[in-house]
Amino acid sequence: MSAKSIFAGVLCLLLAPAAWAGLNIQHWSTPQGARVYFVENHDLPMLDVNVDFSAGSARDHKANSGLANLTRHVMGLGAGAYTERDIAEKLADVGAVLSGRMDADRAGFSLRTLSGPAERGQAIALLEAILHTPRFDAAILEREKARVIAGIEEAATKPESIGEKAFQAALYGEHPYALDESGEVASVRTLTRDDLAGFHRAHYRAKNMVISLMGDISRQEAEAMAAGLAGGLPPGEAPLPIPPVSMAERGGERVIPHHATQSHLFMGLPGLKREDPDYFPLHVGNYILGGGGFDSRLTEAIRQKKGLAYSVYSYFMPLEQHGPFRIGLQTRRDATRQAVDTARAELALYLAEGPSEAELAQAKNNLIGGFPLRIDSNKKILEYLAVIGFYRLPLDWLDTYSAKVAAVSRDDILRAFRARVRPDAMMTVIVGGQLEGQAK
Amino acid sequence: MQPLSTMSPLPMTRLLAMLAMSLAMTLPARAGIVEETLPNGMRVIVKTDRRAPVAVSQIWYRAGSMDESYGGTGVAHVLEHMMFKGTKDVPAGEFSKRIAAAGGRENAFTSRDHTAYFQTLQKDRLELALKLEADRMANLVLSPEEFAKEINVVMEERRMRTEDSAQAKLYEALMATAYQSSPYRHPVIGWMDDLKNMSVEDARRWYEQWYTPNNATLVVAGDVDPAQVIGWAKQYFGPIPARPLPVRKPQREPEQAGTKEVTVKAPAKLPVVALAWQVPRLTDPQADWEPYALEILAGILDGHASARLNQSLVRDKKIATDVGAGFDAISRGPALFIADATPAEGQTVTIVEAALKAEIARLVKEGVSETELNRVKAQVLAGQVFQQDSLFYQAMQIGEWTTAGLDYKARDIRYTKLRAVTADQVKAVAAKFLVDDRLTVAVLDPQPMPEGKPEMPRNAMGAGHVR
Repeated sequence: MSAKSIFAGVLCLLLAPAAWAGLNIQHWSTPQGARVYFVENHDLPMLDVNVDFSAGSARDHKANSGLANLTRHVMGLGAGAYTERDIAEKLADVGAVLSGRMDADRAGFSLRTLSGPAERGQAIALLEAILHTPRFDAAILEREKARVIAGIEEAATKPESIGEKAFQAALYGEHPYALDESGEVASVRTLTRDDLAGFHRAHYRAKNMVISLMGDISRQEAEAMAAGLAGGLPPGEAPLPIPPVSMAERGGERVIPHHATQSHLFMGLPGLKREDPDYFPLHVGNYILGGGGFDSRLTEAIRQKKGLAYSVYSYFMPLEQHGPFRIGLQTRRDATRQAVDTARAELALYLAEGPSEAELAQAKNNLIGGFPLRIDSNKKILEYLAVIGFYRLPLDWLDTYSAKVAAVSRDDILRAFRARVRPDAMMTVIVGGQLEGQAK
Repeated sequence: MQPLSTMSPLPMTRLLAMLAMSLAMTLPARAGIVEETLPNGMRVIVKTDRRAPVAVSQIWYRAGSMDESYGGTGVAHVLEHMMFKGTKDVPAGEFSKRIAAAGGRENAFTSRDHTAYFQTLQKDRLELALKLEADRMANLVLSPEEFAKEINVVMEERRMRTEDSAQAKLYEALMATAYQSSPYRHPVIGWMDDLKNMSVEDARRWYEQWYTPNNATLVVAGDVDPAQVIGWAKQYFGPIPARPLPVRKPQREPEQAGTKEVTVKAPAKLPVVALAWQVPRLTDPQADWEPYALEILAGILDGHASARLNQSLVRDKKIATDVGAGFDAISRGPALFIADATPAEGQTVTIVEAALKAEIARLVKEGVSETELNRVKAQVLAGQVFQQDSLFYQAMQIGEWTTAGLDYKARDIRYTKLRAVTADQVKAVAAKFLVDDRLTVAVLDPQPMPEGKPEMPRNAMGAGHVR
C-alpha cells in the first residue's frame, strides 16, 4: 500500500543497472499475448515470479485517485474459491511469500516460493486466482478503505510525505503523475466494488501483462506456468500510452510551515523517461552530482564539508513518461537557507562546468566495476527482468550497459544536464521553517 | 520448564515432511566455512558461495551502545562515523573513494551489541577492502575539526530518525522504560544532550578501548579462496597487536515485578500501543528451548496475514488498522517480546491493548493447533532456503551470532530445534512469559500539529518518502 518500497526499488535500479554476459534472458509471448522473460537457474531450490500490468496510479483520475492501488490490494484478499484467509494460510503452508507492487506506471505481484512442484504449484494456483477471479468482497473493501484513509491521514502529518506530495503536484500539475498512489481521503471514500471490478476488467488483461520468472524451473515448466498465469485473462489490447508530460516554463518556490526540527527540501523537475537517448549521460552524470553517496558532490559539499545534513542526494526516476529529477536533503531548521543555497550553488556549478575528467573516470569505475554486484542474487535479476520487460528495453540491455557507460563523455553529461535540468524551470518545495529572506 | 531432553520430535505432517525432504535433496552441499583465529586474537571466518563473482567483507567489533555509560551514550555510533574520517596514510573520505573506484559498495552499522563495517566488491577486489579495514583498525586519525562537523551530521541523523518521528519516540520511550538497569535502555544513536556534549576525546577513548583485533571478527562470504583470504588477513591484520579489553560488567537486568507504563505525546494522527515483555534470549543453542518456542509463538501471532493478531484485530473485529508481533532471540543483552497495534478510527488504545492481551490469553487457555504450528514451521523451512539468495545476509548472520557470543555453527541447530518445538511448548512460554508482571506498555498519544494543519496542496501526490 505504501509507495515507499516500490519507489526505493526504482531508485536502486536507476543507480544500479549493469550487464553480465552470460545472463541468458529467454523471452516469448503466451498465446494470449502476455510477454514473458525468464532466466533459468538451479543453484537454489526456489523460484521468483513477478507479474506487472500497466495499471499503476497514472491510470487514476483526480476523482477516483487511489483506485489503481486499492484494486491491486483488494485483489489479494479473496479470489475464486479462496477467502482472504485461505490465501494467507495456503501461501504460508508452503512457505511462499506474496507481495504487492505499485508505482505510477506499474501494478503487480511478486511471489517467492520453493521450487518443488507441490509448493510452487500451490503458490501459483493462488496467484492465478488472484489475477483472474478476484472477489472484491464489499465488506473487505470497506475495511481496507478505512485502513488506506488512516494511512493517508497519518502521512499528512509527516514532513517528508507532505513535501513529496506538494513536489509531485508542483511538477506534474494536471498530469496523472501528480496523483498520490494511495489517493486522497475524499476520493478513496467514494470508491465502490464496481469501480474496482471495472478497473480490474479494463487493465488486468493478457496483452497488458509482463511475466518475469527467475529460478529453478525448466523452460518447459516456465512456458506452462506463464500460459496458466495469462490464460485466465481476456487478451484485451495493448495499453494506451501514458500522456506526455508538459514541462513548466517557469519554476517556483513554495514553503510549507511545519513544526519538525528539520526542514525537508524537494527541488527538481520532470527529468527522464525509461527509454531516453540521454539515459546514460544523465545516469553517469547524476552519480557525480548526487547519486554516488560519499562519492558525490552534494554529499561532499553539504555533509562532509559543512555537516549540514545526514542525507543529501539527487536522482532521476525514469518512468514511461518523464519521471522526476530531484535533489533532496533534510537539515535543522536554522540551517535551512544555508543548505538550500549550497545545493543550488552546487547544481549551478555543475551545470556551468560539468564534471572533471577525474570525476568521470571515478564514476565509470564504480558503475562498471560494480557491475557483478547488481545481478548477484535471484531477487535482483528478477527486478531487471521486470523492468526490461515492462519498458520493452532491448534484451541485451544488461549486456551493453557497461559499454554505454564507458562511452559517456564530459560533453555528453554537460549537454544532457543543461537540456534537462533547467534552473529557471525548477520547482522547490521546503517543508519546515526559519527561512530568513524568502527566495523568489 | 522441562529441559530439551524431554522433548520428542514432532510428528510432521505430510506436507512438512515433503518440504524437509525436498530441501535435503535439493540444497547444494552446504558450502564450507573455514575459520582461523590469528595470534593477535582476531577471528577470521570465510564462507564460500560461488553463485556470483562477488565477495562481501564484514568486520564486526564487539562494541555497541550497550558498552556505553551514562553521559556517553551514542559514542559507539559516532565513532562509526569517524572511522571514515581518515588515517595517517588514507586521508578523510578516501576510504569510500577507493572502495567506490573498485566498483564496491560500503557502509557500516551500529547496534546495541556491535559495530560492523562492510564492503561488497567483485571478487578480484576483495584484498583492497581488507587492507583498508586493517589500516583503520590501527591508524585512525581523530581530528577535532572533523569531529566538530561529523557530530552535527549525527545530530541531523537523530533529528531525522527520532526527533521528528512520533513512532520512533515511542520506541525510544518503550526501551527506556522496559529496561531498568540494562544499557539497552539507551538509544543506539544516543540522547541528544549526550551528543551535544560529546568531545573528540570521548571518541578517541572509545576507539582505543574497543578497536583491537582481539575484539574483532572478520567475516568474508562469496566466491573466494578461503586460504587466500586467511593469508590476506594474516598479512594485513596480523601485525596489529592485541590490547587488553576493558572489563565487561554483566549489568544484568533485574527481574521485573509489575507492569510498567509510559505515555508519549507527539504530533501525529494515529495512536499506537506497544507491549513489551521480558523474555529469555538464546544463550545455549543446543540446550535452550524457550527462545525457540518464543520464535514460533511470534510466527503463530504474526507470521502471515491471517495469523492470529491480524486475523482477529484487523480482519475480524476491525478494531486496528495495523498490528504486529516480534521477537529476536539473538542478542548480547536481555530480550523483549514485542507486540503493537494501531487502533482503527473510533477505537482506542485501551480497546486494542485489551484485544492483544485477549489473544494471548486465548492462546494460553486453548493452545495452538498442529496446523498452525506446522504452518509456521513451513515458513521457517522456506526462509532457510530464501536467505541463501543474499550473500550479505549470510555473512551478517555469522557476524551477529559470533558477536552475541554464540557459535555460528549452531545456526543449523536452530532450524532443527525450531522444527522440534511442540504446541505445548508454545503454550507454555506464552503462559510463563507474556504476563503482566513482565510487561511494559507504551502508548503514543497523538497531538495536533503545533502550527495548525499544514497548508496542503491541491491535487497532491506521493505518500512515500525517498531513501
